[in-house]
Amino acid sequence: MQSPLEQFVVRPIFPHPLFSIGGSDIYFTNSALAMAFGLILTLIIFIVGTSRKALVPGRLQSVAEMLYEFVGNMVEDNTGHHARAFIPLVFTVFLVVLFGNVLGLIPYNFNYTGHIIITFALAIFIFAIVVLVALAKHGIHFFQLFLPPGVPIFLAPLVVPIEIISYIFRPISLSVRLFANMLAGHVMVQLFAGFSILLGFLGIFPLFFNVALLGLELIVALLQAYVFAVLTAIYLRDTQEVSH
Amino acid sequence: MDIASAKLIGAGLAAVALAGVGIGLGMIFSAWINAIGRNPGAAGAVGRMGWIGFALTEAVAIYALMVVFLVLLNVL
Repeated sequence: MQSPLEQFVVRPIFPHPLFSIGGSDIYFTNSALAMAFGLILTLIIFIVGTSRKALVPGRLQSVAEMLYEFVGNMVEDNTGHHARAFIPLVFTVFLVVLFGNVLGLIPYNFNYTGHIIITFALAIFIFAIVVLVALAKHGIHFFQLFLPPGVPIFLAPLVVPIEIISYIFRPISLSVRLFANMLAGHVMVQLFAGFSILLGFLGIFPLFFNVALLGLELIVALLQAYVFAVLTAIYLRDTQEVSH
Repeated sequence: MDIASAKLIGAGLAAVALAGVGIGLGMIFSAWINAIGRNPGAAGAVGRMGWIGFALTEAVAIYALMVVFLVLLNVL
């Protein structure tokens, strides 16, 4: 029985590297293939879906419109003023995470959001955008975020480090939440599948549990994509209104 | 005590955090059911917050699972 983490090993597909940067070779890996697959699927849904521009949408156009409206409404609810400027960013992030999570459930497919480097890259990118846009818009008043109004000044040495640490913790928690959910879910599915093989005839019971677990995994995949997008929208609110 | 048994004990201790998560999840769904029971018209808004709350609390359980893996697999 192979180790349950075996499914997350990144392997090159072709033995020859694509190119070299600074001495290290860049291969086309199974992770890159899964991302390309997700990208092609996204492009098909949105380009083909909106090509007809019918007033009464057909099925594919409905899918595209519903996804956009869902994320659009959520961003407008959660990100104060100028929310519409941020809809493309949150929508892109939502689609990357959604397709990564859901396509990773297909057997023998690779779940690219199950790697901390991918989710951390997404989270730190969003964090950098939040900090830079807030600094550009509010200037020095951005640091008022760390000392909420109404706090007496003698508490400041206690409150400010706590606020700074909890602010720095945001990209870490955002990335670890998504990565750990995907990792734990896939490891459990593989573990129970291994039990099914080991138990022989009685392996029917882990199999039923595995079916239910895959259903839970689908819910968690969709939910984690939604939570990633909602938290991005909430963090983007800090660029508009500095005080909590 | 050798390092292998200490690792196993540490991993078991890290899983104790799941008790708090279980209580938290129960509280979320209890509040959710209560709210819908009292005001069925609020099901949409309450449902949105409920799913977010569930996901965030479940994430804490996954953090505990991460610590278990880190201890067991010799990463930390």
